[in-house]
Amino acid sequence: MSMKSSTRQVDGVTIVDLSGRITLGEGSVVLRETVRDLLSKGQKKILLNLGDVNYIDSSGIGELVSAFTTAKNQGGELKLLNLTKKVHDLLQITKLYTVFDVKDDEAAAVKSFSK
Amino acid sequence: MSADRVSYTLDSTLETVNNAEETASRIAAEAGFDDEEIMKISMAVREAAVNAVLHGNAYDPSKKVTLAFELTPSDLVIVIRDQGKGLDTSKIPDPLAPDNLMKTSGRGIFLIRSFMDVVEIHPSQTGTELRMIKHVHGNPADSKEAPQ
Repeated sequence: MSMKSSTRQVDGVTIVDLSGRITLGEGSVVLRETVRDLLSKGQKKILLNLGDVNYIDSSGIGELVSAFTTAKNQGGELKLLNLTKKVHDLLQITKLYTVFDVKDDEAAAVKSFSK
Repeated sequence: MSADRVSYTLDSTLETVNNAEETASRIAAEAGFDDEEIMKISMAVREAAVNAVLHGNAYDPSKKVTLAFELTPSDLVIVIRDQGKGLDTSKIPDPLAPDNLMKTSGRGIFLIRSFMDVVEIHPSQTGTELRMIKHVHGNPADSKEAPQ
């Protein structure tokens, strides 16, 4: 299953609902293009909802890092929401869990963005 | 697995990466590993296939990737070979080093070593062979890596 992406706005925050696999190839490209498109439109508060992402490989991890850095470099904020156990464990062993701002409650995550 | 040893010769394409992962998942399931171990084995194979296709063979259509699985009473042994220039193991980065933490690549070998019980990398001028082992009955006391 490849990755699907849809976006919605909640109180000035763009929530990107992702589902499927973030892996080398299509999944990574979809994530990259989605984040770049949002930033180019000035939507710089981005919450990636990974609740339905059931698989991620090292390329996908790299793409999350790239998205985080790209948003930050453009004065934006990118946070992660609803990690599955697999993704959580991967971010733990790669020591990225503490780098990303990870949330597990959507309303609280939206409020956590700077006004 | 219908035989104790099976091997595949695969093209240097992205499809090979997905096929290698799916095959590893199926063989690991047939070998009796639990879901978490199956995920680790299939991901290790996926990462090894990515290295072989992208970094080893560089998508060269004239170069092949060979993938072999052997099930012994104690181990699932997986060997993947490419026909590239040979991986320079001295240049494998430590992705946990502070300077590398935010890099967008360089985590593949690290994940393979994290997920498998034994990992050996044998580079040569005619390609790189990556041999990895998952013990059928995982023993936490086993070493994570064989001597290079």
